[in-house]
Amino acid sequence: MLVDAQHINKTFLGSKVLDAVTLQIDSGDRIALMGSNGAGKTTLVRALLGFYHIDSGDLSVLGHDPVKERVEVLKHISFIPQLPPPVRLSIEELINFIGKTSDLDPRQIIKEAAKMDLDIAEHKSKPFYKLSGGMKQKLLIAIALSRQSDLLIFDEPTANLDPKGREQFYQLLSLIPEERSTLFITHRLDEIKALTNRMIYMDLGKVVEDEKI
Amino acid sequence: MKNLLQVAYLDIRESLRSKWFIVYTLVFGGLMALFFITGVSDSVVMGFTGLSRMLLIFIQVTIIILPIFILITTVKSISGDRESNVLEYMLSFPVSLKDYYWGKMLGRFVTVFLPVLLALLLGVAFGLFKGGAMPWKMVFLYTALLFSLSFLFLGLAFLLSTVLKSTDMALGASFVVWILLLGFIDIALMGLMLQGRVSDSLIVTIAMLNPIEVFRIGAISLFDPELTVIGPVAYYLLDTLGQTALMVYAFVYPIVLGLLLSLLGYIVFKKKDLL
Repeated sequence: MLVDAQHINKTFLGSKVLDAVTLQIDSGDRIALMGSNGAGKTTLVRALLGFYHIDSGDLSVLGHDPVKERVEVLKHISFIPQLPPPVRLSIEELINFIGKTSDLDPRQIIKEAAKMDLDIAEHKSKPFYKLSGGMKQKLLIAIALSRQSDLLIFDEPTANLDPKGREQFYQLLSLIPEERSTLFITHRLDEIKALTNRMIYMDLGKVVEDEKI
Repeated sequence: MKNLLQVAYLDIRESLRSKWFIVYTLVFGGLMALFFITGVSDSVVMGFTGLSRMLLIFIQVTIIILPIFILITTVKSISGDRESNVLEYMLSFPVSLKDYYWGKMLGRFVTVFLPVLLALLLGVAFGLFKGGAMPWKMVFLYTALLFSLSFLFLGLAFLLSTVLKSTDMALGASFVVWILLLGFIDIALMGLMLQGRVSDSLIVTIAMLNPIEVFRIGAISLFDPELTVIGPVAYYLLDTLGQTALMVYAFVYPIVLGLLLSLLGYIVFKKKDLL
């Protein structure tokens, strides 16, 4: 089992944002995680990434605690945020950082980016935040895919992509090996339905629906 | 260790490109240039002249602006990274919090300390060019004192950035701490003494705990062993401790305090939610 969450709770300023959430993610699960704003989707993902300390319950990724064993956990997870952060490093510095921390050959990222028509060599000395929205998103996707993680988490990944970019992105996703898992936080199920085999719906911090498609 | 050095290296690269670093370097380098243009080194004030006079003024100005520069730039960039989700992304890779925190601190230390040191060396070079003798003892002591003062305020900035999550709060706290510490240098302490409402031992304790006052006493005692220029508290401390012990204290105390503050910051960073 990739992820095992048992009755996890998290409260912010007296408001319960995760309320006894229990769910498992297995290898090969392609999940669409949905719910209205404030439903707890981002909090759940951040807890998985080790950013939040849960108040109670048990949470593990491949048997590791995301907070206490964050390095071990993050070796197996790739994350693409909804909005590309304004990282001030140059593209070259960023991919070298990722290469060193993730034991990854930076050339792999360059190769993956090329599949989405993003030429990294041309922009390598530019600061990341100076790229266009679409280019930033493509680079983040290339980084996530090249790491070959067991679980890929996408938070509204196509928000900045034009129709062609979206098409290329979905094509790349269809090439992800079957044994890997993906988790999409999305409001647009219709767009990724073909890429998912499970739908989880959250509301007010609870998992209210969890079904295989 | 590999990741710690990588984080430090990237922080240095990032800082070197940033506007705050350019302003910071220009302020300290510009100060030295200004001293020469205005002929400070040629003037005689209270018996000090030449290179000694210029370094004395440089240190006096540094006491005021170095702490607030370090606090603002560090707090702003670290809290800013959190608010703009840069921290979220960079920490989604397998890098330990220990490597990230101490790597950032190491990188930031290099970028806040080097411009001040270079300005000091620039001043010495100018002084030598004008025919002065190399004041080895003074350069060595000032380098050590600037090192420890920079380290202390960097530790404080890291603590404030981890405890206070919003940039505005952290900036506000930085100003309060800075003004408080400046308020309790000799002048304010003399005021307390004159009023006679506070015991002398409390005033001396406050002076010994205030790193800015400690830095000031340590730096000026080299010029003026009688410390006539900075007041009775400093005079009392010098008379009680002796010059060597006072200088060792002025170097060691800020480092120990800076280490404690940054360690506390690290514990908070590890124990609290990161975002």
